[in-house]
Amino acid sequence: MLVVALVAGMLGGMVGVGGGVLFVPGLVVLMDLSQLEAEATSLVAVVAVGAVGAWRQYGYGNLRPRDALAIGLLSPVGVAIGVVAANEMPERTLEYLFAALSLYFAAGLALRALRGPERPSPARSPR
Amino acid sequence: MSPRLARLAAIGTLAGAFSALFGVGGGTVIVPLLILWLGHREREATGTSLAAIVLIALLGVAGHGAFGNVDLAKGLLITPPAVAGVIAGTALQQRVPERAVSAVFALLLVASAAVLVF
Repeated sequence: MLVVALVAGMLGGMVGVGGGVLFVPGLVVLMDLSQLEAEATSLVAVVAVGAVGAWRQYGYGNLRPRDALAIGLLSPVGVAIGVVAANEMPERTLEYLFAALSLYFAAGLALRALRGPERPSPARSPR
Repeated sequence: MSPRLARLAAIGTLAGAFSALFGVGGGTVIVPLLILWLGHREREATGTSLAAIVLIALLGVAGHGAFGNVDLAKGLLITPPAVAGVIAGTALQQRVPERAVSAVFALLLVASAAVLVF
């Protein structure tokens, strides 16, 4: 599980996620947590990964603090919806939803990677 | 509310819901939407996502903690290697093309979907 956590952190840093996509299955398969417990527990490590990762990326000049703050501060409504739904819905349904979501974004990003570097970076004021 | 703020609000709400539902930080939602809606480049989207994730995941921990679902000991056990990983991952990311970031992301998502379904 410690190796899974290390790899999850690396992927998190690479692609800008907290690593939950690996923590959750790791905690279920290797540490005998239920899907729901694994999801809740995963978030503890996600906080640390996000904090350290954001600090590093800030140093590299890849952080737009105002956007991050806006997303974070405007998320509580969604979090409340999600916590209640996670407790009301069957765990198998949650797993299928997670899988479908993952495939949807995978398709979008694969298309983007294949399409090549035509990237009109929209004009914006410098930070 | 400006269109830009409205988009950020939509991303925040979506990411918050997915975070609490799936035990992730919401980065799988935030990164693609920052790129598509707000014109972030890949690296900017990932850095900004990590910062937003901190706030979202903190809320999620508090919410799930109230329902007694958090196994704090196991959470703290996996934290040190995860932090070491993210330092290495962000350093590595500076050395690869941005398209590769998208490609790695896509592969990761397909793999995690397969693990959950099978």
